[in-house]
Amino acid sequence: MTRLQRRPSRRRFLARATAFASAAWLAGCDRLSRTEWLPKVLNTVEPLNEGIAKAVGRNAMAQEFTEADLSPTFRSNGTADPGTAEYNAWVASGFVDYRLAVAGMVASPRQFSLAQLRALPARTQITRHDCVEGWSAIAKWKGVPLSAILDLVQPQPGSRYVMFYCADAMTKDGSEIYYESIDLDDAVHPQTILAYDMNDAALPVPNGAPLRLRVERQLGYKHAKYITAIAVVDSFAGIAGGKGGYWEDHGYQWWAGI
Amino acid sequence: MKEHADSVIGVTRVFGREFDTTGYLGLVYGVGGEPVAAAFPPWMMLPGAQWLAMARAWHFFFAWVFLLNGLAFVVYAIASHHLVRDLAPDRADWRGLLGSIRDHLRFRHPAGAAATRYNVLQKLAYLVVIFGLLPMAILMGFALSPWLNALLAGWVDLVGGRQSARALHFIVAWLLVAFVAIHVFQVIVTGLWNNLRSMITGRYRVPVESAHD
Repeated sequence: MTRLQRRPSRRRFLARATAFASAAWLAGCDRLSRTEWLPKVLNTVEPLNEGIAKAVGRNAMAQEFTEADLSPTFRSNGTADPGTAEYNAWVASGFVDYRLAVAGMVASPRQFSLAQLRALPARTQITRHDCVEGWSAIAKWKGVPLSAILDLVQPQPGSRYVMFYCADAMTKDGSEIYYESIDLDDAVHPQTILAYDMNDAALPVPNGAPLRLRVERQLGYKHAKYITAIAVVDSFAGIAGGKGGYWEDHGYQWWAGI
Repeated sequence: MKEHADSVIGVTRVFGREFDTTGYLGLVYGVGGEPVAAAFPPWMMLPGAQWLAMARAWHFFFAWVFLLNGLAFVVYAIASHHLVRDLAPDRADWRGLLGSIRDHLRFRHPAGAAATRYNVLQKLAYLVVIFGLLPMAILMGFALSPWLNALLAGWVDLVGGRQSARALHFIVAWLLVAFVAIHVFQVIVTGLWNNLRSMITGRYRVPVESAHD
């Protein structure tokens, strides 16, 4: 490792002085961010953001692009390969043993093989993926509309959210897995699909094989990859960290339309 | 960040030329004074360390404060005639434009009656900020929202797409920083105490015209 040596220069001294002079102000702001109450105050605008967005565009359709707009590369963010023994076996066999379990508050829980999902009505869309980190990329997605799955399993009265559980562990010991949730408005939106193809080929492992969510009007972290189970629920308060998703449990907003 | 045999420095490359910006850009000193590889020093950021989730919480809360405050100001400025009376340049202003630029470059500031009203460059700067940069910041912020993108298909393409909108959002932010820097500089050099008092109480001591004017 490189050892940092300080060259005695006025410039370096000034930089240091600025750093120390601002330490008090900094410490104050950082302490604020770490209080219980401040994030609560800051997040009071969340329902406002979501409410207004819903009011003005509940049924709006995300912009769709053409083949000419496809990005040459589509980054893999977060997990690039779940790498568990079960997942590796699926990859080796071309996902023939993979099953998507759909359960929760539904009249008829079901399991779907990849072939069964591919046999259902499909939707193809070229859309832009917007990451919370700022980058975006355009790809072509083909998959089964989530509404078609819900029609088959029949959500019961009182259902409010659809949960997505993923094959990728977010901690070494597997204590946290990636998961996400969306409300029923988004679940039945025509562009909300469970994608199994990307750019006219089977969804690659780095992008969530064999099945990932596309929920086009929200940021990338909502688009759960490696989905193995779906559950319809009336509340996610008792699930994992209780905030409705892996990143939500780590401070990110549940409604990710901005 | 660049590593040499004996030291690490922060480097900023502008059009192929490299500048040592250690302490400010590239390599900064963290909250405890320790060197950190980061774009900006902690004192320029909120929160100080890289913490995107918390940064978004601050951003969206103060975006509302900014929007409501801005709307209130614009409504008040129109209703009270502040906009037409004090901010809109009149014909004399436009005629004096070149002279005003000259005066500013020589740091010659208006005295007498002229000091009690905004000069033409001041008016234009305020109008550009109020009706250009600030609405642009909001609009380009909207352009970064996938949900708001969907409201009117293709509207973000008008500025060249989402990444262009993102660049514009940041460029506008830095232009606002530049405006504030110049604004505060002018407040200080034209009489800090007199200016501050007039902002708060309305009492302003008019600078006397010097002999050579």
